[in-house]
Amino acid sequence: MNWDWTAVSDFMPHFWDGLLVTLQILVLGSVISFVLGLVWALLTRVPSRWVTWPVGVVTEFVRNTPLLVQLFFLFYVLPEWGVTASAMTTGVIGIGLHYSTYTMQVYRAGIEAVPTGQWEAATALNLPLRRTWTAVILPQAVRRVVPALGNYVISMLKDTPMLMAITVLEMLGEARLFSQETFRFTEPLTVIGVAFIVISYLASLALRALERRLAH
Amino acid sequence: MTPGLWELVLKGVWVTVQLLVCSALLATAVAFAAGVARTHRLWIVRFLAGLYTEVFRGTSALVMIFWVFFVLPPAFGWQLVPLWAGTLALGLTYGAYGAEIVRGGLLAVDPAQQEGGIALSFTPWQRLRLILLPQAVPEMIPPFCNLLIELLKGTALVSIMGMGDLAFSGNLVRLALQESAEIYTYVLLIYFVIAFLLTRMMRGLEKKLKAGVGKGPVTKTARPEPAGIEAGAR
Repeated sequence: MNWDWTAVSDFMPHFWDGLLVTLQILVLGSVISFVLGLVWALLTRVPSRWVTWPVGVVTEFVRNTPLLVQLFFLFYVLPEWGVTASAMTTGVIGIGLHYSTYTMQVYRAGIEAVPTGQWEAATALNLPLRRTWTAVILPQAVRRVVPALGNYVISMLKDTPMLMAITVLEMLGEARLFSQETFRFTEPLTVIGVAFIVISYLASLALRALERRLAH
Repeated sequence: MTPGLWELVLKGVWVTVQLLVCSALLATAVAFAAGVARTHRLWIVRFLAGLYTEVFRGTSALVMIFWVFFVLPPAFGWQLVPLWAGTLALGLTYGAYGAEIVRGGLLAVDPAQQEGGIALSFTPWQRLRLILLPQAVPEMIPPFCNLLIELLKGTALVSIMGMGDLAFSGNLVRLALQESAEIYTYVLLIYFVIAFLLTRMMRGLEKKLKAGVGKGPVTKTARPEPAGIEAGAR
């Protein structure tokens, strides 16, 4: 094995660029998945089969098929339908949509874990449906599910390299570009591999701290 | 879609299935080895197994695949056949997730069972094989089923390395037809069908294993319900 530190230092500027893009994807994707997941979870509680059934089928389908192929679908098919978006936007929407089908399950579990007494109290106080959700159920449900949502943010981080396949230059994309220009594969790939381990480890420590704070 | 292109897609399905089976076997073996090692008496064994799971869970599957394809060959002087390289990367990554499932399953077995084994002077290996695993494995099946679906989705990643799996053949068909909506819809549907079949299979396995330790719903010899209850209870 030949390790060349100069290749590492040459790669570092590209690495920081890639890291920035990866974190952007992560933040935007998380926001989309949190919001959309809540929408799916609420739609599955609408008392009409005409709503719950299609939502169930669509989310099940998205959850059980590869994100990579979904990204290809969005990247190549949307322009055919006349919708043009940058690779970055497409990727963020794709990853957010994919993970929203996971966060939906988390929200659902959180909503179901709210004690029935809370529903009954809201009914007894004659709260309108909207107030029941926004002031009683959701604040309790969301607080409960924050740690589980955090876990999905960490797994989303590990799926961001897939956006490389639709030409987004995140960490892996930068590493591949650098390798193709300089024929050094070992250093950039190892650097980003270690970076992923470090970031996800730090994130899991932060998450554990958050979990402890929320427990009190 | 011409018959020739369908043939291409079918070849892709075959490669995906091969890769899925091989890496699932490797992942299961690694998961059990590492998961059991994490409950070992010696701290060094626990530490090494923990290090493996943290490292492989911490990194991304796609980065791992790149590493196995591009860094291993020059570093160690051997080049793997793409199928084995994909198997190695996916098996080790998902095996690390599986190790956590195995560890959780073993810890969830009632401690009295373990103590009973000690009181009967079973060796640690006998306790594991005869007492812990038969009770823990059925409980591990639902999380393993989810992991298997994740693994199926992970197999699509090897297409980036030019391995001719289902996602790759989808890309080839797109290039041939200059039209994407149809072929990608088919590819997604095929993945969905495979995932559905896997879920069914795992559910059957869970039922069988649970019946083996007397936990599952006894289907054939169930006592007859009084008439009328079934309809009311939904």
